[in-house]
Amino acid sequence: MRRAWAFLAFSFVMSWATVGRAESAGQSGGELHFCLRGEPKTFNPLLVEEDSSETIRYLTGGVLIRLNRQTQALEPGLAVSWKVSQEGRRIAFRLRSGLHFSDGTPFTPEDVAYTMKALMDPQLHSPTGDSFRSGEGQVDVQIPSPESVVVTFPAPVAGLERLFDQVAILSAHSPKKEMAVLGPFYVADYSPGSYVLLKRNPSYWKKDKAGKPLPYLDTVRLDIQRNRDIELLRFRRGEIHLINALDAEYFDRLQKETPAVVHDSGPGLDSEFMWFNQVPGAPLPEHKKNWFRTTEFRKAISMAINRADLSRIVFGGHAKPAFGPVSPANHFWFNTSLPVPQHDSAGALRLLEQAGFRLQGGTLLDSSGNRVEFTVITNAGNKSREQMVTMIQQDLLQIGIKVNLVTLDFPSLIERMTRTYDYEACLLGLVNTDLDPNSQMNVWLSSAENHQWNPKQSKPATAWEAELDRLMRAQSSATTDKKRKADWDRVQQIVAEQQPFIYLVNKDAMSAVSLAVMGSSPSVLNPHAFWNAELLRLGADPTLGAQK
Amino acid sequence: MSPLQKGAAFILCVIFALMVLATIVVPAPYARQFRDVPNAGPSTAHPLGTDALGRDSLSRLLYGTRVSLLLAPAAALLSTLIAALLGCAAGFLGGWFERIVLAVTDLSLALPWLFLLLTVRAMLPLDVPPMVSVIIAFLMMGLLGWQASVRVICAAARGVRDSDFLLLARSSGCKPARLLLRHVAPNLRPLFYVQFWISIPLFILTEANLSILGLGVMEPMPSWGNLLRGFEDFSALAANPWRLVPLILLVTVVMCFQLVVPSQEVTQ
Repeated sequence: MRRAWAFLAFSFVMSWATVGRAESAGQSGGELHFCLRGEPKTFNPLLVEEDSSETIRYLTGGVLIRLNRQTQALEPGLAVSWKVSQEGRRIAFRLRSGLHFSDGTPFTPEDVAYTMKALMDPQLHSPTGDSFRSGEGQVDVQIPSPESVVVTFPAPVAGLERLFDQVAILSAHSPKKEMAVLGPFYVADYSPGSYVLLKRNPSYWKKDKAGKPLPYLDTVRLDIQRNRDIELLRFRRGEIHLINALDAEYFDRLQKETPAVVHDSGPGLDSEFMWFNQVPGAPLPEHKKNWFRTTEFRKAISMAINRADLSRIVFGGHAKPAFGPVSPANHFWFNTSLPVPQHDSAGALRLLEQAGFRLQGGTLLDSSGNRVEFTVITNAGNKSREQMVTMIQQDLLQIGIKVNLVTLDFPSLIERMTRTYDYEACLLGLVNTDLDPNSQMNVWLSSAENHQWNPKQSKPATAWEAELDRLMRAQSSATTDKKRKADWDRVQQIVAEQQPFIYLVNKDAMSAVSLAVMGSSPSVLNPHAFWNAELLRLGADPTLGAQK
Repeated sequence: MSPLQKGAAFILCVIFALMVLATIVVPAPYARQFRDVPNAGPSTAHPLGTDALGRDSLSRLLYGTRVSLLLAPAAALLSTLIAALLGCAAGFLGGWFERIVLAVTDLSLALPWLFLLLTVRAMLPLDVPPMVSVIIAFLMMGLLGWQASVRVICAAARGVRDSDFLLLARSSGCKPARLLLRHVAPNLRPLFYVQFWISIPLFILTEANLSILGLGVMEPMPSWGNLLRGFEDFSALAANPWRLVPLILLVTVVMCFQLVVPSQEVTQ
């Protein structure tokens, strides 16, 4: 008994010692290593429009307001505080004082004014600036004091403060132009096709709780690697520290080997969905157009699809049945009162019978005796989408509907979707990076190009599309989040009732982070694995680190 | 017939019998998804396990054999016929005709056939039944896969053109068409066989590639090509070695065909 107590005491001391070592194991310095999946197109933060440049902007750019990827709340960045007024037309910032750009140039309100003017310059065609353009006219920037800036837009901008998360402040005076930054790192070296090397910004303003300057890391090396298999292989070899986005197959492979390195943060913002072609001028038989325009038909198809099976089998459980255009991951804007999508073949048949369809000898016929059969197109080479359609084939066969699958190369698919409208149904995915409903204006307005089931309408074809138009415009000009939320909730409800897009699943946000990286806390929002890059540090154990 | 050839013939007969009797032999319809057992290992219910969607692998293999063993040889036959016709005529006639045929061959070899096939797929209507789209795919492979064979056959025909027996036939008043059909072509028959047999696995693999581009056999219809696509995941293969069966079957069938068919030397 005494020996047992002695053993327990020894174990406790040892485990305490181990915890103590682990706490002190994280060390400042070192090089974080991971891959960009393409060549960065620009280092100008105002011109960013693809993932690689966005990664660099996120790691190097200093912003006035930062969206916390974990809590989804706005936090002070270069601005200590801010106030939105005049119904979303004006925003006043109080700036931090004594800050410097990476090259030592002081940060002043003139830099904010310079950045805003450049951002809104129509000649620059800034994709980030487009989000701020709500009406005709010039943006006005006033500097009432050396520590404050007031920006006034010609018309109200919905969710104005949130948009500043994307605006990296440029220096008005630095000779290095956009290469002088206010973020945790700056671009030190770039070898096209090979790597981008970021170094610690010695002038970065943020400090940790102990008052130690951030970031902890000395450098971040971003290797340009398009091939995901090679990226995975390098991660397994310990050559890179993290993979920001993993698909279900790679996740499971890594999980089998080292469960501790993979992170499934739950359903992300991306969704997979299908829709029927409702374009009046589409070269389809008239009876098929009538099916696709019938709400009961679309709702029946939605009910007959077993989303739980899609999530479990196609995505290995790393997806959740989708409710609608907003993922449950979007805490504020998701309409929690939407009904949970249920798989109900009998209910689907009842709906179809109400709409004049009938099941005869295992085959569904419409009121004119036409067999219900349609073809779903999707992009070739996407295994999970092909598998989803194959599963939908079996689900719909239970209610007598025959579904054909045709995979097309992407240009042909886009040609049919946007120009010839020569298709019956399509299954695709939506990569959503923005939480705000305004980012979906180009989908839900009936005049929009991405209103895929019937795009570019001169006037809304149906009453519910007219209602969608009204609500989307109302939410975009509403001054309070409460009013915007009410409008956007109603949009989600109409979409659930009408099923113009049949949302299938929300894929989980998955990432892999080496055990050598400390302080990592993967989130649902992008960047998943390095959103808190300034707080990341590498472990002391060299065997866990990435080898050069 | 050597014992080896007899063995190969027996294996082929068994495979063909299974292929023909697939409807009776298979444990379940090839498209039916047993969603409770995806990626399952071999069992009494599913002797070769199930695929990622829970479909019986044995059923898919036998039906896939039917599609591939009927259509790949048909495409190979078509391409060999085209190659034989053009190659024999070019090699035998020589001169400007040979130059034109070889130039056309070179030109079509230089064509980005993949893009050509994609264009054809984009032009096809979407509502063609799966079986029709399969036939179209193999037909196109047959029509576009003759170039390499033409060059080989043309070179061989050129060798025959100057042979003594042909000189004798010509001196006895044989017309060119008769010379070509009765003297040149029969002498090149072993070469036609070789071209035919080597085209079959090539077309099966091409079909697998085309499936990825949306031109091959579409789901849920199985073929050896889309069954071989399962090999993309090597780690899963190592854990589930029974998934190698489609590859083993492909190799076995091609080898057996090569053994059963008389070789060039034997024919001569």
